[in-house]
Amino acid sequence: MDMSIVLQAGVATGTALLFATLGELLAERSGIMNLGVEGMMLLGAMAAYWVSAHYGVPWMGVIIGMLAAGLISQIHAFITINLRADQVVSGLSLNFLAAGVSVVLGEGLNSIKGVAILPSFTIPLLSQIPWIGKIFFTNQGILVYIGYLVFPLVWYFINRTRQGLHLRAVGEFPAAADSLGINVYRMRYLYVFIGGLFAGLAGAAISLSISPGWFSEKTTSGEGWIAVGLVIFAQWNPIRAAFGAYIFGALRRLVLDIQGPMMILGLANPFYYNPYFGFFLQMLPYAFTIIVLVLGSREAIKKRIGTPAALGIPYIRGERGM
Amino acid sequence: MPKEEVPDLKVIAHMQGIRKRFPGVLANDQVDFELREGEVHALLGENGAGKSTLMNILAGLYHPDSGTINIRGKQVSFNSPQDAIKVGIGMIHQHFMLVPSQTVTENVLLGLNDPPFIINLKDYDDKIRQLGERLGLIVDPRAKIWQLTVGEQQRVEILKMLYRGTNVLIMDEPTAVLAPSEIEDLFLTLRKMTAEGKSIVFISHKLNEITEISDRVTVLRRGKVTASGINTRETTREKLAELMVGREVLFRIDKKPVKPGDVVLSVENVQAENDKNLQSLRGLSLQVRAGEIVGLAGVAGNGQSELAEVITGLRKCTAGKICIHGQDTTNQSTLTSIRQGVSHIPEDRTHVGSAPNLSITDNVIMKNYNQQPIGMGWLINSLAANRFATKLKDEYEITAPLINTPVRLLSGGNLQRVILAREISSKPKLMVAVQPTRGLDVGAIEGVQRLLMQQREAGAAVLLISEELEELLSLSDRIYIIYEGQIMGEVTDGDIRKIGLMMTGTPLDKIGKEITEEDGK
Amino acid sequence: MENNIPGSKKRRLRFPYKIRVEPRLVEAPGWVSVLLTIASIILALMVGAVLIALGGGDPIKAYIHIGKASFGSLGVFSDTLVKATPLMLVGLACSIAFRMKLWNIGAEGQFFIGAFAASVVVLLPVLPDSSPKWLFILIMFIFGFIGGALWGVIPGFLKVKFNVNEIISTLMMNYIAVFWNNYFIYAVWSEGGFQMSKTFPKNAWLPRLSDFAKDAPIFQGLTTHLGLVFAVIAAVIIWFILYRSKWGYEIRLIGDNAKAAKYSGISIGKNIILVMALSGGLAGLAGMSEISGVVHRLQGSISPGYGFTGIIIAWLAKLNPLAVIVVSILFGALILAGRELQPKGIPTMIQGVIFVFLIASDFFVRNRILFSRNIEE
Repeated sequence: MDMSIVLQAGVATGTALLFATLGELLAERSGIMNLGVEGMMLLGAMAAYWVSAHYGVPWMGVIIGMLAAGLISQIHAFITINLRADQVVSGLSLNFLAAGVSVVLGEGLNSIKGVAILPSFTIPLLSQIPWIGKIFFTNQGILVYIGYLVFPLVWYFINRTRQGLHLRAVGEFPAAADSLGINVYRMRYLYVFIGGLFAGLAGAAISLSISPGWFSEKTTSGEGWIAVGLVIFAQWNPIRAAFGAYIFGALRRLVLDIQGPMMILGLANPFYYNPYFGFFLQMLPYAFTIIVLVLGSREAIKKRIGTPAALGIPYIRGERGM
Repeated sequence: MPKEEVPDLKVIAHMQGIRKRFPGVLANDQVDFELREGEVHALLGENGAGKSTLMNILAGLYHPDSGTINIRGKQVSFNSPQDAIKVGIGMIHQHFMLVPSQTVTENVLLGLNDPPFIINLKDYDDKIRQLGERLGLIVDPRAKIWQLTVGEQQRVEILKMLYRGTNVLIMDEPTAVLAPSEIEDLFLTLRKMTAEGKSIVFISHKLNEITEISDRVTVLRRGKVTASGINTRETTREKLAELMVGREVLFRIDKKPVKPGDVVLSVENVQAENDKNLQSLRGLSLQVRAGEIVGLAGVAGNGQSELAEVITGLRKCTAGKICIHGQDTTNQSTLTSIRQGVSHIPEDRTHVGSAPNLSITDNVIMKNYNQQPIGMGWLINSLAANRFATKLKDEYEITAPLINTPVRLLSGGNLQRVILAREISSKPKLMVAVQPTRGLDVGAIEGVQRLLMQQREAGAAVLLISEELEELLSLSDRIYIIYEGQIMGEVTDGDIRKIGLMMTGTPLDKIGKEITEEDGK
Repeated sequence: MENNIPGSKKRRLRFPYKIRVEPRLVEAPGWVSVLLTIASIILALMVGAVLIALGGGDPIKAYIHIGKASFGSLGVFSDTLVKATPLMLVGLACSIAFRMKLWNIGAEGQFFIGAFAASVVVLLPVLPDSSPKWLFILIMFIFGFIGGALWGVIPGFLKVKFNVNEIISTLMMNYIAVFWNNYFIYAVWSEGGFQMSKTFPKNAWLPRLSDFAKDAPIFQGLTTHLGLVFAVIAAVIIWFILYRSKWGYEIRLIGDNAKAAKYSGISIGKNIILVMALSGGLAGLAGMSEISGVVHRLQGSISPGYGFTGIIIAWLAKLNPLAVIVVSILFGALILAGRELQPKGIPTMIQGVIFVFLIASDFFVRNRILFSRNIEE
């Protein structure tokens, strides 16, 4: 088994996780936790595939997929921001809604053949770098390359721009932001929307690039939930989020690929001889998410930073404190 | 220290006929207010008199139901605080509006349109430092807010407003959280600002500060103006106090002589950490005897809350010893302390002391639900619980429609009565009361204070933790002063000068010298 | 304390009436909540209709079908009750956890592990096939409950010990449970190469109404089984625990204000673990009841997402254990009839829409809307 091939595929798989995690991270930075990531990803994946299947333009699919997820996220925004409902419950409901809508509207999509998908290519010079070139810059989907650019940009945006400063203030202390004329509600709507766009992009990345096709709920198979976990692990830092997303992507690929070869490290591969052991391998990413949360939570307690102070708390103008 | 009369001051802001209704309360009723250039205008009133509401309207946070606001003769209508800032009006709230995880500079820049996108913080750090130095507002622009003292944070708030070109600064109870020396610094800065022609609205209910710093006073009582812009020099503290509460203020409560009994609570060299894992109690010792009220004075955040939590078992202490009735109870569970007869009136009524969506019954049985007759084996005897709740409701005059009304629907005073009823009905041996009268109206405060006095007469040991010096002086038999997690000393004669010195960090044994030196001058 | 809907706030619309939103100062009367629940279901069905039409289906036909196929005759109503049985147990599982603001969304996984553990009794085997029926049911009941409880306690423990967010951990445990189950039905207990175990012996089946058809012919062909009795009794017990026991008082107190509970000397960690055990156990019982009462073997497709539907049921029932019974029957109907509907995702989607409307409607229980003529502006 060639490790670099596994990692190469892992980076691709991790890209969807990366987008979903970054989107949730931005929404949570504004103080709104949106547990509907999984559903929004499904909707994005379905809409993107649907458009590409019917019009043959994958790029249009990506944009429609993002918009669809972005729009449905606004239901959560309205319910949590204006109606001040519990964010956990509202997020769960959004999840049901988006997943249900995707499955209903995606009916029959899997039988359409020859759907155009997004291009993959190799970057000329960078791919020559030993190891790294092969893993990161050879025969990757275009969204993977976009992913490399997006996470540093998100970091820069949050920490070094005026808008990022405002975003942090809204998530930490909305009353302070409001007192200085920052429209807390509008900001939260905006970042929930951006979170939705990212989730839609993540979904589109799956259905049109990473593992093309529409397999109803199985298209995302829980990646949206892993993304929610990764945000906690990342302590709301985009760089850590990217690190986590790529590691998880690699892990998911490893689980699939490890069953191929007869020998691993000179030993008989138990997963080759008993493929049913594969079920235990498939548990790994989910078990690992829990482990990562254990580690992340401990560190977060020690540092006592990261969690946006107003996360999960509805903002009501004129009520003191958060 | 009254200032020289400044002749013919220009009116900068004029509010007329302001009315503002909140659900269930008329906060401002036909209020007029006039602010002149270069003056410190005090706004006096009790908690809930409508001072903050009025100023929140002037600062654009609330929209009045009716009434007009004129700024320099031009009528304005603010839809947001930013509109107010645009015409030079800025407000500093009692709870600072600062983002703890951001730096001073970031907080100052928050909400501004310049820079448009990318922020290069270094460029702004110097600008802000210079602005601060001009007015005696010394603070490191690169420090994060959570690293600063409360006094420094207040400076950042002032800087934030000055950076926006504010020339009317509204300060809501600015001295409530400051130590006396910090108050001096603040007053110096305020004087520098008025010298530059800026106007200041100083919201307070502390008469001595108002007479010291202000040029004029407006007094509010229950949403209405009782004195409009009277000259501070032409009035007396007694007169102001009467305008504020509507009758002669009783500064003393009848205190029956009670002979203190055995030591009930003894705290020895206790150390503990706060929520941020920083040392907050540093070897604190005190004693409370049966039949006495012992006050604990100090500026907020010097370890008072942690001390209350350590005594009631809500927080672990890292060193030291706590004894109740001679029995070592160090680091025992809350349940044990409840069973030993410790009752606790917590600082935060809604977030700690009660369960807002549960009924009055469920709230009064919080401490005895697992004792006979309410607890019966696995079960709760709801008949007994309801009987108990009905009894307390009558005894403590809790105004509520039913005993199964959720307590979130009760007023602050009634909620506090629910808590007091619960804590007193257990016939405590030791009562730890933290800020028991904060935010209550005059009638409710008297009621609470009477109940505490009754506890003292009934032979309970009461530890009263409060920031209201007035209250401590009138209720306590002795007063300890806490500063940075240590007891600075004890006062039995109510000497405010000593208390003030200890609150700012001078231990009792060094005070004698200082006071004599001062007297010698 | 200003409570205008922010969006509608500053816009000076030329609207003849002023709309103001205020928090209710007295408790909303009970009918408000019931009416709103019904209204949100109706609204949800209307939105569902539009979506079904978009997806290429006929909404009116679909709804008539749902009504007929679930309440049309005694036979189908019995089938509805069969579907409602696991929903009740899972709905109770969610209600008790949510009551403590413990977001156990792992009922699906606890359901699978409960089913697995109950199957162990037959397949390992713990009991020989010839054991009497009462013993089988008793032991499977205990195994199912304990299996689910263990699966619930793990995230509970992680939350207490490491402060791990239980939403994520319970959800991840769902996936793990399904793979765990798959391993056994593929590799260990596979019957003739199919991905399912052998059929359980009749002694391990929960008695059905049709078993008594000899004495009462009206029961002929009715599939309702003993699990329904378990579920109804469980609902009564949970109600009793919540409102009449010390433990229930602690749960309600923690759920409303954890700090106040701590201040009253209640151990939060202990209660998290206990409630997760009870919640997981109930979901595990649902798995046992489904395995022993309906499927009679261990296989992969034993749940069309019961665990997730339980979340919605709990919410629709306002976390009231007795209301869970009624709501479960409605959702049982939806799931039963929905199986034959095209496109396939309709039941999930309608559940989602109902859920969204329901949560939105809660706002009107907490606040009142005031209309007044707009004279001033």
